[in-house]
Amino acid sequence: MDFVLIQFLTGLANASALFLIASGLTVIFGVTRIVNFAHGSFYMLGAYLAWTIIRAFWEWGGREPWLFVAGVLAAAVAVGLVGVAIEMTLLRRIYRAPELFQLLATFGVVLIIQDATLALWGPEDLPLPRPRWLRAFIEIAGSRFPQYDLILVFVGPAVLGLLWLLFHRTRFGILVRAATQDREMVAALGVDQRKLFSGVFFLGSALAGLGGALVLPSQSANLQMDLAIIAEAFVVVVVGGMGSVPGAFLASLLIAEVQAFGIVLVPKITLVLVFLVMAVVLMLRPYGLLGKPQAHARPGSGMVEPVLRPAPAILGWAGLAVLLAAASAPFWAGAYALTVLVELAVFVLFAASLHLMMGPGGVVSFGHAAYFGLGAYGAALGLRFLALPMEAGLVLAPLFAGLFGVLFGLFVVRLSGVYLAMLTLAFAQIVWAATFQWVDVTGGDNGILGVWPSPWAADKAVYLWLTLALAIGATLLLRRMIFSPFGYALRAARDSELRAEAIGLDAARLRLAAFVIAAASAGLAGGLYAYAKGSVFPTYISIPKSVDALLMVLLGGVQTVTGPIVGALAFHGLFVGILQATAYWRAALGGVIVLLVLAFPLGIAGFARARWERARGFEAA
Amino acid sequence: MRLTRRGVLAASATLAAPALLRAQGTQPIRIGEINSYTTLPAFTVPYRNGWQLRVEQINAAGGVLGRPLEVIWRDDAGRPQDAVRLAGELLDNERVDVLAGTFFSHVGLAVADFALQRKRLFVASEPLTDALVWEKGNRYTFRLRPSTYMQAAMLVEEAAKLPAKRWVTVAPNYEYGQSAVRWFRQLLQAKRPDVEFVAEQWPALGRIDAGATVQALAQARPEGIYNVTFGPDLTNFVRQGNTRGLFERRTVVSLLTGEPEYLDPLAEETPEGWIVTGYPWDQINTPEHVAFRDAYRARFNDYPRLGTVVGYDTITAIADAIARVGTTDNERLIEGLRDLRFQSPFGPVLFRALDHQSTLGAYVGKTALRNNRGTMVEWRYADGKDYLPPDDEVRRMRPQSA
Repeated sequence: MDFVLIQFLTGLANASALFLIASGLTVIFGVTRIVNFAHGSFYMLGAYLAWTIIRAFWEWGGREPWLFVAGVLAAAVAVGLVGVAIEMTLLRRIYRAPELFQLLATFGVVLIIQDATLALWGPEDLPLPRPRWLRAFIEIAGSRFPQYDLILVFVGPAVLGLLWLLFHRTRFGILVRAATQDREMVAALGVDQRKLFSGVFFLGSALAGLGGALVLPSQSANLQMDLAIIAEAFVVVVVGGMGSVPGAFLASLLIAEVQAFGIVLVPKITLVLVFLVMAVVLMLRPYGLLGKPQAHARPGSGMVEPVLRPAPAILGWAGLAVLLAAASAPFWAGAYALTVLVELAVFVLFAASLHLMMGPGGVVSFGHAAYFGLGAYGAALGLRFLALPMEAGLVLAPLFAGLFGVLFGLFVVRLSGVYLAMLTLAFAQIVWAATFQWVDVTGGDNGILGVWPSPWAADKAVYLWLTLALAIGATLLLRRMIFSPFGYALRAARDSELRAEAIGLDAARLRLAAFVIAAASAGLAGGLYAYAKGSVFPTYISIPKSVDALLMVLLGGVQTVTGPIVGALAFHGLFVGILQATAYWRAALGGVIVLLVLAFPLGIAGFARARWERARGFEAA
Repeated sequence: MRLTRRGVLAASATLAAPALLRAQGTQPIRIGEINSYTTLPAFTVPYRNGWQLRVEQINAAGGVLGRPLEVIWRDDAGRPQDAVRLAGELLDNERVDVLAGTFFSHVGLAVADFALQRKRLFVASEPLTDALVWEKGNRYTFRLRPSTYMQAAMLVEEAAKLPAKRWVTVAPNYEYGQSAVRWFRQLLQAKRPDVEFVAEQWPALGRIDAGATVQALAQARPEGIYNVTFGPDLTNFVRQGNTRGLFERRTVVSLLTGEPEYLDPLAEETPEGWIVTGYPWDQINTPEHVAFRDAYRARFNDYPRLGTVVGYDTITAIADAIARVGTTDNERLIEGLRDLRFQSPFGPVLFRALDHQSTLGAYVGKTALRNNRGTMVEWRYADGKDYLPPDDEVRRMRPQSA
């Protein structure tokens, strides 16, 4: 019993830290609808700034507790200011872009902050020296419990209380709540949205910074903090219900306690525990514990999705020219160029498959890499256990991924919006953990090696042609599908579910079909990728891979059919070029992404289309 | 749109344009080096300085075969798929003579398999997984650092002398942690049948829930603790363990913790008396190490980390092998590396022909606190050759073809 009490208290202390980060994220999302990837970076900055500020304070006035508190608060305010600066210089310019586009910008910020932190503070972990009072403990039920953790237990509820006062007793808070419910109405009533958004960003970033500063004494400021926390923070926000601060509090309690006791009962479950919790919660409560259905009858800024038109003939010719150039590459380019072209072709299909869901389907997936990876593993497992040759492996890859697409899709299509996206992420993480931990079958994180093409396709040129035929062929099929009756029905279900159902379309089944087709296509891409690389690893399914797919689609422009193709070429081309050109590739790539985001708020292809249509006098949609 | 598409393709094509074949002679010997520079800068930056120092030393002394050495390095972003692409880029575009590097085990394995496919030499400097030279070993891959098995065996030797019978383990939840625990259990129980393992914890790498983990371990009332966590997880674990008294009156045996990369961040909270593998850089006063340390200090105004030695030795081994066979032809170079004896700051090292594992060792000792810094005391050099399984067993594990 004593152990249970101590473990419970430990869970509470962790819950507090988690709540601080998640509450900031949920407040920002509630008002601005921005899925802020940079939130983890704010958390990391909080820890680094606290390390610098507190040590400076201590040097000046001795290692006093009140100076520690002052330093933590100063760090939080500083991070809040960084958040405001990013909001004012970057995000403010792209609020009118399609939904989720801001995600792309925040991802650029993540990359820049990573390199900036490395440059400013150096590569080593920075621990804060703990004076005696930070190391103190008290005896509870015969065990020692850190005094600092006990204080943390109360910090969470205290911040919750302060936020409640802020939201219910101040004008700013009331406006924030109003904007969370209905942003357009608040704007129509004459509230200055700019100030509101900046204020919210300050609050949210400062909370993340506070979280980072408060965990500093129990760990160290290090460069892995940002990505380590961000997925978990999103999970808490979604489990609690997006935009709900009390929900975030409940969810952080739930997750921290499940974690604290879960590792005692099933020590190996650490990789997936939080995602399992999220999957279960979302299946039972599609809007999280305390969330409400998102008002998406009126999207973002009053825009309707533009009509998709078949591409103009000139675009078709241009595409053909590029394809011919790629196919003839073996005659004029080096071996390495062929490798890159294979990757580009694979990613074109990967992005196009996600686009089928995101664009015409209106179903965003944060876990699309699962199907890419399942395709790759389908081929690799076929080789390992059935000694299947490449030809069979490439058939198995889409089937394997499609099968899981059906399985997960059945649960996924019942949800909508970001909740749906997060459930796909949960499934992806479960698949990832399975490949990671089921060592006997999948080889664990050491992967499956020796997945090379059959002898006739071993030559780089032949494999390039094979990849072009399959990947570009499948991409064109996906394009064709968008303009088929199925594609029209899918778009109808996206734009007006009620009306679509009224004329007899089954929206859920349409989405499921799109989901499965997308999964199978991604699986084919994964299979082609596996044979190109010769090995398969859980990293193919990891979150960064899913993010890559999202970035490609968004960068190209989600509202066009050519977008994913352009986006895949642009994103992967940039990544490959910058990675080998400079050691500061993260800052460079992040900077380029930010510039592209500012220059093309509709994505690259979206921008081109808008120009094209304006020049020809089409009504702007 | 057309412009963008073409632009991107043209840009990639330009980047990928095949390098002109260089004439032999005074052209540099090129080593293509891939590592996780941005993912793990704490380890890889001192590592890069290490190989840089060695390259400069060799070139100042006239190079190898009268040709200077040149290292072309790439960041793999911690991803095997990117490492494989970059390996291709280094071979096809940069025309490197030898591939080297990698930190993570899965990245190392991916590049090793690629090296086998392309029949090119790959000197894996840092990955620890045993599979790299045993189950997945191949003719073209050599590995420098002492493997998980070797380091676990070094610690088992010490752990077996201890009175502790009830053990618990804590290790990051991936292959390195899993095999570090598996070998430790297996080898310790072989030496000490009376030992039992009563609990295990598997925190996710970089996301340890330290308070709960410490409490769960304490709950099992162990006499001995075997730790495999490192980096930020270790700092977190040690701080919670110190405050909650987990380590008091218990023996702790800990993998890699004596390496400056991981020991230094513990600073004044370094627990005393842990039995660790590591690198007491400030106390090794053999002539070869003093010369190395002084040269490094003079060049970078910093003290060497373990990564520095690994980077330094990687270049030494490759250069010595090339000098030994007088060519960069990879098939001949493999013969040059097999049974190659070279001088490391740690002492003489042999690349075994049996499994392509080097006998580079590690220092085994106890942690201690001096002037608010962690350091190692009562240490000794554990030569890698003494901590490998019998040859027959190695042959059984390694593929016949390798």
